Amino acid sequence: MASLKEMRNRIGSVKATQKITKAMQMVAAAKLRRAQDNAQNARPYADRMASVIANLAAGVSGDGAPKLLVGTGSEARQLVIVATSDRGLAGGFNSSIVRMARERINRLLSEGRDVRLITIGKKAREQLRRQYGDRIVESYDAGGNPSLATAQDVAARVAALFDAGEIDVVSLLFSRFKSVVVQTPTFVQLIPAQVAGAEPVDLKGAGYEYEPDAEGILETLLPRNLTVQVFSAMLENQAGFYAAQMAAMDNATRNAGDMIASLTLQYNRSRQAQITKELIEIISGAEAL
Amino acid sequence: MAGKLQFSLVSPERELFSGEVDQVDAPGSEGDFGVLPGHAPFMTALREGQLRLYRNGQVTTFEVRGGFADVTPAGLTVLAESAVEV
Repeated sequence: MASLKEMRNRIGSVKATQKITKAMQMVAAAKLRRAQDNAQNARPYADRMASVIANLAAGVSGDGAPKLLVGTGSEARQLVIVATSDRGLAGGFNSSIVRMARERINRLLSEGRDVRLITIGKKAREQLRRQYGDRIVESYDAGGNPSLATAQDVAARVAALFDAGEIDVVSLLFSRFKSVVVQTPTFVQLIPAQVAGAEPVDLKGAGYEYEPDAEGILETLLPRNLTVQVFSAMLENQAGFYAAQMAAMDNATRNAGDMIASLTLQYNRSRQAQITKELIEIISGAEAL
Repeated sequence: MAGKLQFSLVSPERELFSGEVDQVDAPGSEGDFGVLPGHAPFMTALREGQLRLYRNGQVTTFEVRGGFADVTPAGLTVLAESAVEV
């Protein structure tokens, strides 16, 4: 059995750990609120963008339609963007995104597709590098707060690869922030653009007028849509990350509390046993006289 | 003039304005244009410039850069790459 001093040290160190996890939980809770607001504030733009594209897509079809909207007609070369957070200590948050990414990549590979990767967030790179290192085209850091600039960099890179004819299909993996307790790894296809979800606006019989023209607008709109999708994925990730971290740290704090309780009990028992033993020694010593 | 125009101005970070206005003047890529209530469906790209909204005789000006304006029977939506109130 460990000596009393060892046990005292052990209790001290668990208490120190508990303080850290407690502090991390509170920081995560505070940051979660901001991240949630950011995600909420960005939603109108993304929603409107989706409905505008749906409107336009209804009008533009056939050969004149931009490739970003309808794709290249092939599915051979796939680009998967995997977005996680930069940091860990958030339970299974990053692992569940990466697990979904692995499943998807392996399925695409088994179908004989060429797969390339772009990672956003340090964790995605770290966890995918070993297995798919040679497939990673580019890695970005998620950064403290998701910035539009990073999203623009990613979108520009994707658009460049697409324009150069190196990829056919682009999909994005991130964790959707459902609630503080639920974050689901989600998969979104970026190219060809999915417009089914958004309802076209009812024009009440009138036709749209376009300046310069529908194709022209779509051509500038679609690259921006890429940026917005990536940006909103990063915002959702950020909110989900803090929620997951808060839950993980809450658990850790509780576990540390349980551990302290059981260690303290054990410590007191040993201490009492020690005292009893010393008393017996004194008494039997006195009796022997 | 029939009623008010439902107008919202959103940038990727947040919604800057949402509400009823009398008129909006915006810098379209092919020239400035004004939108009154009951405007026909219309969509255009925006260039860099000033967007003015008229509400109860008051004028508010925003500096917008890039984006789109979308007029539907439901109102006017401006999706700006960046927008700052002047």
